Amino acid sequence: MREWKEKIVMAGFGGQGIMLMGKLLAYAGMFEGRNVTWLPSYGPEMRGGTANCMVIISTGRIASPYIVEPSSIIVMNQPSLDKFEKAVKSNGLILVNSSMVNRAVERRDLKVFKVAASELAEDLGSVHVANMVALGAYVKVKPIVKIESLEKSLSSVLPVYRRDMLKLNRRALKLGFREALEVEGETS
Amino acid sequence: MGEKLLMTGNEACGEAAIRAGCRFFFAYPITPQNELLEYMARRLPEVNGVFLQSESELAAISMVYGASAAGKRVMTASSACGIALMQEGISYLAASQLPCVIVDVTRAGPGLGRIAPSQSDYRQATRGGGDGDYNVIVLGPASVQEMADLTFLAFDLADKYRNPVMILADGMLGQMMEPVILPDPLNLDKLPMKPWALTGAKNRRRNLILAAPYTDEELIALNEELNRKYRAIKAREQLWENIYMEDAEIVVVAFGTSSRIATEAVENARREGIKVGMIRPVSLWPFPEKAFKGMDTSVKVYLVVEMNNGQMIEDVLLSVPDKSIVYHVGKGGGWRPTPRLIYEEIIKLWRRRLTI
Repeated sequence: MREWKEKIVMAGFGGQGIMLMGKLLAYAGMFEGRNVTWLPSYGPEMRGGTANCMVIISTGRIASPYIVEPSSIIVMNQPSLDKFEKAVKSNGLILVNSSMVNRAVERRDLKVFKVAASELAEDLGSVHVANMVALGAYVKVKPIVKIESLEKSLSSVLPVYRRDMLKLNRRALKLGFREALEVEGETS
Repeated sequence: MGEKLLMTGNEACGEAAIRAGCRFFFAYPITPQNELLEYMARRLPEVNGVFLQSESELAAISMVYGASAAGKRVMTASSACGIALMQEGISYLAASQLPCVIVDVTRAGPGLGRIAPSQSDYRQATRGGGDGDYNVIVLGPASVQEMADLTFLAFDLADKYRNPVMILADGMLGQMMEPVILPDPLNLDKLPMKPWALTGAKNRRRNLILAAPYTDEELIALNEELNRKYRAIKAREQLWENIYMEDAEIVVVAFGTSSRIATEAVENARREGIKVGMIRPVSLWPFPEKAFKGMDTSVKVYLVVEMNNGQMIEDVLLSVPDKSIVYHVGKGGGWRPTPRLIYEEIIKLWRRRLTI
């Protein structure tokens, strides 16, 4: 089997469900037998500023859980794109929540995808599942775990008091999976 | 063997403590240790245990003293400046030879500091920290699995030696999630007997647990007894991991979170054909001197990586063979090394190794 390691940084506003999105991805990775780490930012940003979390999924041992040079970033808002665009590894990937980001990605050495995560989530009935739309879109363009593994892992990751949201989260994952779009040669 | 779970280091530590038979937890909240306290608040009532959020760190460690004197497995947790506030109680526990487990999910100091992960409590942990000639056993986990395994082990070591044991973690280890297989729960009826404990003195002579002996001679005798115990612990309980050490000519020494980051640098250097290995101390007190004694003479260059200004390096200097040269990379205040930085230091030393 080919050895691989994917280092993903997810970032957005506190309250956009960034930590949960990372947990779900890590859980699905573990479910598929990979090594995984999940590292949150745990400062005051939890209450409204920018929040990010780092997830590594690998076929081999994971040494450092801290990501300096991500191979993928999922940016849920513009400050996150401003903060992490420069850090991405050459030939890496950016997935942009185009509902919340008004500028184009400047780097030319990356694969760029977009999904209108917040708007699609609102169409489904709650902007709170924008994180799931983005995650669904991410595994479409970077199939490191199966969408089914994400769906199965949802019940393990959602807090008990949010179990009523299972179906909506599942629909959001699927919608994102369908709606991911590649961005080519877009100029700012 | 249990199933694989995805947990934070703080939670894994808490669950492992419960499975080791800990039914008493007293602590005061502090970031980045809070998830451990929250976990115990939720879980202990489910197993008929006692969780109590104390009014201060000094109160918490004093409650630990009480529960331990009664023969119970007991734990507390805090971070850096909170652990500093407990030092009086820790010294008393050591003097009274009372077992307990203390978790330090270290944040950056000195003083109140900030919440970023740090290893700046190495000296506070391994040098006793309070007054008098005493040591606590200190274990340094480097993964969520070890947060569980070493916590479980800590209770056995504490009872075996009637001594406090500290888990020296940091904010990163406490907050991160990794897959973990938890140890099977111990049967509470099969925990070690504690004939010295204060359990009511029915049908036996009364036990005494003293914070201080009555005479000068007795205090000297107690110190001699403690010293014999510490020598036994040093002889028997050293723990470390060797990584890529078979043909290493340069040796990185790092524990906990720094060792995770350094491993990535060592792996990258190995891919370039550089003969570098790593010694990862797991027991920080006793420091694993045995890992260094009798080291092949082809190794004479050591690189100590720490998230502090240089604390463990003192133990490395005391342990390496004569004529070894020991370098240090590290900074306090919540600074964190990158794999690239450590890699570059390794390359520098590799190029210079023949002239060192």
